[in-house]
Amino acid sequence: MTPLVLSKFTATSCIGRGTVQTLQSLSGERSGLAPCRFETVRLDTHVGEVAGVDAQGLPQEWRRYDCRNNRLAEIGLEQDGFIAAVEEAAHRLGRARVGMFLGTSTAGILQTELAYRARDPLTGALPEAFDYAGTHNTFSVAAYMRRRLRLEGPAVVVSCACASSAKVFGAAQRMIEAGLIDAALVGGVDSLCLTTLYGFHSLQLCAAGPCRPFDVARDGISIGEAAAFALLERPSDRTASNDVLLLGVGESNDAYHMSAPHPEGRGARLAMEAALLDAGLEPGAIDYINLHGTGTPSNDRSESHAVTSVFGTSTPCSSTKGATGHALGAAGALEAVISALALQHSLMPGGVNTEHVDEALTARYIRHNRGAALTRVLTNSFGFGGTNCSLILGRAG
Amino acid sequence: MKIEAYVAGIGVLGPGLDGWPSSRAVLAGERPYQPLPTVLPVPTLLSATERRRTGRVIRLALAIAVEAVAHAGLEAAQLRSVFTSSTGDGQNCHELCESLAQPAPEISPTRFANSVHNAAAGYWSIATSAMQPSTVLCAFDASFCAGLLEALVQVAVDEEPILLVSYDADYPPPMSAKRPVPDAFGTALVLTPRRGPGSLARLEGKLCNESFDRLAGPLEALRGSNPAARSLPLLRHLAIGRRARTVIEYLDGSSLAVDVEPCA
Repeated sequence: MTPLVLSKFTATSCIGRGTVQTLQSLSGERSGLAPCRFETVRLDTHVGEVAGVDAQGLPQEWRRYDCRNNRLAEIGLEQDGFIAAVEEAAHRLGRARVGMFLGTSTAGILQTELAYRARDPLTGALPEAFDYAGTHNTFSVAAYMRRRLRLEGPAVVVSCACASSAKVFGAAQRMIEAGLIDAALVGGVDSLCLTTLYGFHSLQLCAAGPCRPFDVARDGISIGEAAAFALLERPSDRTASNDVLLLGVGESNDAYHMSAPHPEGRGARLAMEAALLDAGLEPGAIDYINLHGTGTPSNDRSESHAVTSVFGTSTPCSSTKGATGHALGAAGALEAVISALALQHSLMPGGVNTEHVDEALTARYIRHNRGAALTRVLTNSFGFGGTNCSLILGRAG
Repeated sequence: MKIEAYVAGIGVLGPGLDGWPSSRAVLAGERPYQPLPTVLPVPTLLSATERRRTGRVIRLALAIAVEAVAHAGLEAAQLRSVFTSSTGDGQNCHELCESLAQPAPEISPTRFANSVHNAAAGYWSIATSAMQPSTVLCAFDASFCAGLLEALVQVAVDEEPILLVSYDADYPPPMSAKRPVPDAFGTALVLTPRRGPGSLARLEGKLCNESFDRLAGPLEALRGSNPAARSLPLLRHLAIGRRARTVIEYLDGSSLAVDVEPCA
């Protein structure tokens, strides 16, 4: 692919609002995970909840979109001067020339879950105020943001479970390449809800304590939530050497199982190889890998196998989900932003919470931060249904 | 870059529209349209265990995908795919929400795994061993148009054949009152970058602000009530088989104009 620049990016998760707080948490090897106190849920698990989402309001004219997911989107947009950067691009390029590609798995389904508790006892009807299109529908986050930012270009939600907001980079890149748009707002927004908490619990995939990716005693995921965005456009004379470029995107399917990864990481390997091919790079050109690294025994085993088969055992890698939790449909964009921060600040973030790396996992897992000049980083996102996406980011200079 | 592709295969299933050959005749005006309830076939390409786990929406998506790929005479495993749906599995969602509204919520692992928007794409890739890139989209009422645009762009940029599967089905009550979709409808297209011996038509897409095409009578009612049925004006031109331009409703007043040029 022709490289694109992330001319602006931001992330909000349980480790911070915006890139400054996120970088501080990463630099301090801090985890944002805490025992689950979300809503009425009292499962024995930790979550990465973003503080203050309930207190967030939406602009008056957009009240029909009011739900946890869109509040989190609004918080995310307000950080790092992101709204101003989108406005500047829309003004410079034309509102119809800026596309929007967002990933989410559950959008505002929490609103529906709550509405089902408030059904009319006689008729079973949902409350009058429940707004399906504005909150429940998978597209609701894009519908909200498109109006909020007054963008007029193509807009779509990619909903491929936990690979969603990595895959948006591919969709945006193709549309820019085709010449239909000149810039794209890409990102992911996914928020805590009962479906995912009880769902992953039913599959016995939730860790009791904070998740410990690649640990010999790892016992599952910690569900998180996040809003992470980037503005993608063609590099120009405004692009500085410290800017971060999207260099390659690789996508694949496991074609194996709905909720379990292929044991040897067949699809994951294909995605990483495709990203390298797309970027025109050899495996040795990658300095650090931000793993999908969810912390379930089978996911980490499968991914380690795939990473080793492509990169051997010397490329440093880690999962940042011990810090942020698994932000599901927002994980890809969140970890793309973390990878961009790693490149800009010469920081390989160590995998927090992990104490004893599983010796059966041959990938070179780093538990603590390392300062090192990084030129190129690969980040993995894999999801239910066997859908995989790898992104390669690099410094502009 | 021209956003163009060749249609190599079509799959259709909906109320009174049972596969492309008979639907073609209806859409071309050769046969009257009778809007009977959609009949969804058992997905024989899934194992018996998986078959038991699938609801109406997955059966709909698999049926039209199978028809389009067979029509194109291509190997499913070699095709990339774009699945697009406004609703996903409404029945599954309803049952999840009912369980979660109980004082002590408990949901089944299968119901949770099927709740992902990419469930149909997942079952398709497992059943056909398709490891090629696949994406799953939603753009509410514009989901078909967003899917067609993504598929055309992929063909133009990556020059690989692709399967587009657009499908939507009804929610049960009480969701049906908030999102009324009367019945199940889906369209699948196999698109290729180059003209082949079996190519049906060349499509060229362009974003615009032109007013979109409507149909007449009960077919218009279907077009207006099921997001996937916004494909009907395009299917109608493919059925008629004459050079034409159709405009498909997209987002907030924008549209996708598609020039249809038959290959025969």
